[in-house]
Amino acid sequence: MIQASHLSKSFGSIHAVQDVSLSVAAGEIYGLVGSDGAGKTTTLRLLVGALKADAGEISICGYDVRRQGEQARAQIGYLSQRFSLYEDLTVLENIRFFAELRGLKRDEWLPRCLDILDFVGLSAFKERRAGQLSGGMKQKLGLASALVTRPKVLLLDEPTTGVDPVTRQDFWQLLIRIAAARDVAVLLTTPYMDEASRCHRVGFMRGGRILAEGRPSDLRAALQGRILEARGGPLPELRRRAAEIEGVEDVRPFGDKLHLRVAPGMAESVIAALSDAFPARAGSPLEARLIPPTLEDVFLSLER
Amino acid sequence: MTETVIAAENLTRRFGDFTAVDHVTFSVRAGEIVGYLGPNGCGKTTTIRMLLGLLEPSEGRATVLGFDAFRQSEDVRARAGYMSQKFALYDDLTVLENLTFYGGVYGLRERRRLDETLDLVGLRGRERDLTRDLAAGFRQRLALAIALVHRPKLLFLDEPTSGVDPTARRAFWDLIYGLAGEGVTVLVTTHYMDEAEYCGRVGVMRDGQLLAMDTPAALKASVIPGEVWEAHIQPLEAGLEALREADGVLRVGLSGDHLRVIARRGLGAESLRRAAQARGLTAPRLERGEPTLEDVFLALAR
Repeated sequence: MIQASHLSKSFGSIHAVQDVSLSVAAGEIYGLVGSDGAGKTTTLRLLVGALKADAGEISICGYDVRRQGEQARAQIGYLSQRFSLYEDLTVLENIRFFAELRGLKRDEWLPRCLDILDFVGLSAFKERRAGQLSGGMKQKLGLASALVTRPKVLLLDEPTTGVDPVTRQDFWQLLIRIAAARDVAVLLTTPYMDEASRCHRVGFMRGGRILAEGRPSDLRAALQGRILEARGGPLPELRRRAAEIEGVEDVRPFGDKLHLRVAPGMAESVIAALSDAFPARAGSPLEARLIPPTLEDVFLSLER
Repeated sequence: MTETVIAAENLTRRFGDFTAVDHVTFSVRAGEIVGYLGPNGCGKTTTIRMLLGLLEPSEGRATVLGFDAFRQSEDVRARAGYMSQKFALYDDLTVLENLTFYGGVYGLRERRRLDETLDLVGLRGRERDLTRDLAAGFRQRLALAIALVHRPKLLFLDEPTSGVDPTARRAFWDLIYGLAGEGVTVLVTTHYMDEAEYCGRVGVMRDGQLLAMDTPAALKASVIPGEVWEAHIQPLEAGLEALREADGVLRVGLSGDHLRVIARRGLGAESLRRAAQARGLTAPRLERGEPTLEDVFLALAR
């Protein structure tokens, strides 16, 4: 559905996007993960056709964005980071506005709007002014507006920044259903790993490039057996000693514990060395165990 | 006995009919890193503003660094640093010019002190960089430098690493751990679970109320009512229905290409497999998952 190859975009001397290739299939949720300034939003703007790439090809549902821009855009629903709603219009009027903007006729937009409001759980609020909605409801309205043209491709720029975890949970349940039930290709951006871990596939982005890509479970599996959690004893001392042990590649404090990344096959010897360095003392026994790697561990293990 | 740096007792703030902070009680000891976790609008920033003496409590009181936070707010502010998420950095000034400007607000004019602060946050060598050209991680460090220039004993960080990737966040937290090691007390607000994991203790806030406060490990152990499983099953929706109604299952949610299940302790994989098979589905592939602070939040919020 989304096919981008070798995209590059510079602004003056800043290489915002460098040789980025990605593809997203129907029904798939792809997360572009990285810092502000990593190139995520620029990539999204290239895909949506708002910016022209210096190099590379983009095809959306088979339409070349450069030569068939209008057809390509007709397939896309886009929710930008700061999407604007008309606060003094009702929920229904807001969606209608987006629908008419996209050229839907009255006999088309009304049933669709009602259908989408039902789907996102806003039916009961269709006469309410947008300004009187909670943050989570505004977000659902933004999503509903992006969905009104029945896009085959949905692009979301940091869709859940700043919302309540309960609302975020609801939003994701909705998103997963949209992708699955309507066969929509979803591409979203996020700087956060707990968000990334819910995607089918993720691309880790830094300095305009995709550094690694894959399914969260596969990316994590590559570090299986290499992440240890250690606690006990005075943490600064534990940290210093741990860093000196052979096979320890990285030591990261985490509240009252440490996470260690060790070289392949070194977990047992590192645990033994830790126990030697910190013989069990009353009150502060050392605990060290293998833990399942997280996506954060994966990101940190990437070359700088 | 370690010194108590923050003591909030029934701290409450109302704005008209709206109670932004509702009888919040907690204390923080010297050198601790305490996180305040909650969504936007839950009362985190209002709490900090009361602790800094910028807002008068409607009820209750707070003692900060031994001073009454409201009546002796100047004493508090002279000894506390505050890094706000939307800190006004001057984009068209250099790093050093920004720091010089804010140092001047505290009456600091010595170049040596400014250089030490730049060293501390790892911005030496970037003094002449224009602030607008800084990457997100470096902007954050500059905002931290400004909060630290007067050597506070207590540091309030409001959403300090929003928008930065794990590598920059980790570098930032290394600085914070360094400061805490020297005895600086840190109170961090965040709405992201990833960030809260870095704190020694975490308070969970929702709708103005502090629902719980403890170490991340203790919160997971005490609040989450069961064990976490990741169930790979197709089709997802049917799996969701089947497991939602299974005996002993406390919560099921969609999570990318699998289901995340919280089940009663000791329920075991076999019961989950049977529940799926009873609905005519292929038995799911099951893996134990790690509990997260998000699970804690969802368990407390419902």
